[in-house]
Amino acid sequence: METLERILTEHAFFEGLEPEYLKIVTGCASNVRFAPGAYIFREGEEANQFYLLRQGKVAIEIFAPQSPPIIVDTVEKDEILGWSWLVSPYHWRFDARAVEMTRAIALDGKCLREKCEANPGLGYALLKRLVQLIDQRLQATRLQLLDVYANRT
Amino acid sequence: MQTVPEEPAVAGPQTDVMVPAAYRVESVVRETKDTFTLGMKPEDGGARTGFAPGQFSMLYVFGVGELPISISGDPEEPGRLVYTVRSVGPATKALVSSKPGDAVGVRGPFGTSWPLEAARGRDVLIVAGGIGLAPLRPVIYHVLRHRDDYVRLIVLYGARSPGDRLFRKELEAWNRLPDTHVLSTVDYGGATWRGRVGVVTTLFRYVRLHPDRTVAMICGPEIMMRYVIGELENNRGVPASNIYLSMERNMKCAVGFCGHCQFGPHFICKDGPVFPYDRLRNLMGQHEL
Repeated sequence: METLERILTEHAFFEGLEPEYLKIVTGCASNVRFAPGAYIFREGEEANQFYLLRQGKVAIEIFAPQSPPIIVDTVEKDEILGWSWLVSPYHWRFDARAVEMTRAIALDGKCLREKCEANPGLGYALLKRLVQLIDQRLQATRLQLLDVYANRT
Repeated sequence: MQTVPEEPAVAGPQTDVMVPAAYRVESVVRETKDTFTLGMKPEDGGARTGFAPGQFSMLYVFGVGELPISISGDPEEPGRLVYTVRSVGPATKALVSSKPGDAVGVRGPFGTSWPLEAARGRDVLIVAGGIGLAPLRPVIYHVLRHRDDYVRLIVLYGARSPGDRLFRKELEAWNRLPDTHVLSTVDYGGATWRGRVGVVTTLFRYVRLHPDRTVAMICGPEIMMRYVIGELENNRGVPASNIYLSMERNMKCAVGFCGHCQFGPHFICKDGPVFPYDRLRNLMGQHEL
């Protein structure tokens, strides 16, 4: 059986992370599972966790009054879900809903935040990784906003 | 009296290329709310229907106008040409409103083709956005017909919404084939959509490329292609010499006479539409072009 430590060690997001930091991260990790349709978090709630998806698909949605939610992105196996746990005021900006049966490793963001405050080296190592992720999502969002396939005539 | 010999009739491109051949619409298939695939046969049965994947024709809708349309059918299906057309203006609207039996003028095929020879023995990576899948479909047909000549076939396809996806049944069927990976996504998913949402570049998260043995062929809006090239070159390590793209400009004569489609030193109609990226690298970032 794969241990949490081994899964995290082999994951691209944690690639190159110092073993001592990885041990701290592993101490904040647990396995979770979400049924199809289940909300993993909702906009406005406290963001005290983030997730490394191991199976399934999650829709990141924005609530729209009197109409169905709008899906802005989907994340799948091996991707990271959520960075609001590291950005003040630590509240989710979107809803996240499991589209399929989803298994993930949940990382206790609140616990990691405290450890990052106490250990700036760990904080910087995690922040570097998250900023890369945020940059990728920002680029994708810009392209999405350009609506390049629209009929312009 | 000395007679001046008559000039032999020239049947080459200098005289013929501007004269459309008469074709009849044979079939019309609705792909999306505004995009249709038309099958056409030469009226006399004798006109040329051969083409290389990536080439385009000039389709003349009598009394309305002429427009360049990429060929989207199987290059090895004889006697028939297939075009996928999106209704965006008067000529395309008239074209997609055609009924079986209607006459259409066809010039061509014109232009350069996708690098199927250079891709032999390698992975073929197709990245298409919107109607950009149409000029790449002949490549997919070719690779599937000559499966042993290529390694993996990877198709990354982005569309605006679930209803805007082209060739849906074929995409599903291709994905079931061995060594063939088809991933699609939409920019905007409805509430009932269970597939991926995100731009086409996000699909790179789900494929592992072997940069040196990958030949990438890209077609879609130019901004999308710039993002895709950035992903391939900067994040995936695919060399510029292995990246090809199909460009679009205002093509009129299709043979490099009129200059409407000039792009720097190139005429898209004659030197393209398919280019190796390393020939365009210095032009694509120029605002004036």
